[in-house]
Amino acid sequence: MIATGRTGIARLKAQGSAKSGAEHWWRQRLTALANVPLVIWFVVSFVSLGGASYTEARAWLGSLTNATLMVLLIVSVFWHARLGIQVIIEDYVHGRALKLAALVLLDFATVALATASIVAILTVSIGG
Amino acid sequence: MVEFALPRNSRVEPGRRHEPATPPKRPREFKIYRWSPEDGRNPRLDTYVVDLDGCGPMVLDALIKIKSEIDSTLTFRRSCREGICGSCAMNINGRNTLACIKAIEDIDGPVVIYPLPHMNVIRDLVVDLENFWAQYESVEPWLKTSTPPPTRERRQSPEDRARLDGLYECILCACCSTSCPSYWWNGDRYLGPAALLQAYRWIADSRDEATNERLEALEDPFKLYRCHTILNCTNSCPKGLNPARAIAEIKKLIVEKRL
Repeated sequence: MIATGRTGIARLKAQGSAKSGAEHWWRQRLTALANVPLVIWFVVSFVSLGGASYTEARAWLGSLTNATLMVLLIVSVFWHARLGIQVIIEDYVHGRALKLAALVLLDFATVALATASIVAILTVSIGG
Repeated sequence: MVEFALPRNSRVEPGRRHEPATPPKRPREFKIYRWSPEDGRNPRLDTYVVDLDGCGPMVLDALIKIKSEIDSTLTFRRSCREGICGSCAMNINGRNTLACIKAIEDIDGPVVIYPLPHMNVIRDLVVDLENFWAQYESVEPWLKTSTPPPTRERRQSPEDRARLDGLYECILCACCSTSCPSYWWNGDRYLGPAALLQAYRWIADSRDEATNERLEALEDPFKLYRCHTILNCTNSCPKGLNPARAIAEIKKLIVEKRL
């Protein structure tokens, strides 16, 4: 932790720049862009499968295109959510230990949930 | 966590009511935040009834009239009374602005005046701006060059000079920064719209030779990227400037370096 007890300009100079943040900002916008067609495709597909039987739904996910788009959707949505929730934590959670714990938990939860979703898609798609 | 509610000793209580001795011809209520560091009491909202006959047109005129004729303990900053010094920035009917260029007749009903939001109050409408000035100083707001100085001034084309329009007019009144929720929650680390607009004023200057150094100093998750384009800054600027655009230009220049 950067030494405290300083005021004004001395404290600001001690903090310096992390020389990062641009990558995060850029990825948040790229994933937002990717989410637009993927989410529209997903909603349209979800509605059109409304009355379908389990066999029909499995056949739909068995298509290489649909399975690929589903995995892309999961990656893009989880990546975007990971970046966005990080910003919310940094904005509002100020306790050092709580903030660190929240950021670590966010990374673990994102990877775990995204992996589980992708495994589920592949299992149904390949017909396990 | 961020403090969303005011601490117990900051809750604003009802205050006193000051009526003029003779019934005013054109009465108008001014409800003003009062707090003194000396009496250990909570802040209060005092009501002053001002006769607009014999009072100048601006909110600052009324404040000066109150201080001169009704209650000399009322404390506020003011200097130029024409929107160029930035001293009388305060929150008037829910918006940060300069009291000297805010017309009383543009306000319906009582005029409600608070200090700039989410700042430490020194007394009444005067807030502590030490951190705000330190943030301004930290962007090194002066011309930086490495080439030998020319025999005359460093010249600039009219086009390059025009790029400073909308930037050089900033008077550092702090209306924008103190209207920004990101600045409220993280004002100790986020530089805020005023300092970032000033930083961009030097980045955009064709005569400055430290552009890359300036951009590198700003690339930081807190100093710059706490800006989430909320746009309260642009909405509140009493000079009609657009700090949000300046911040967006800085973000674009940093990303362009890698493309």
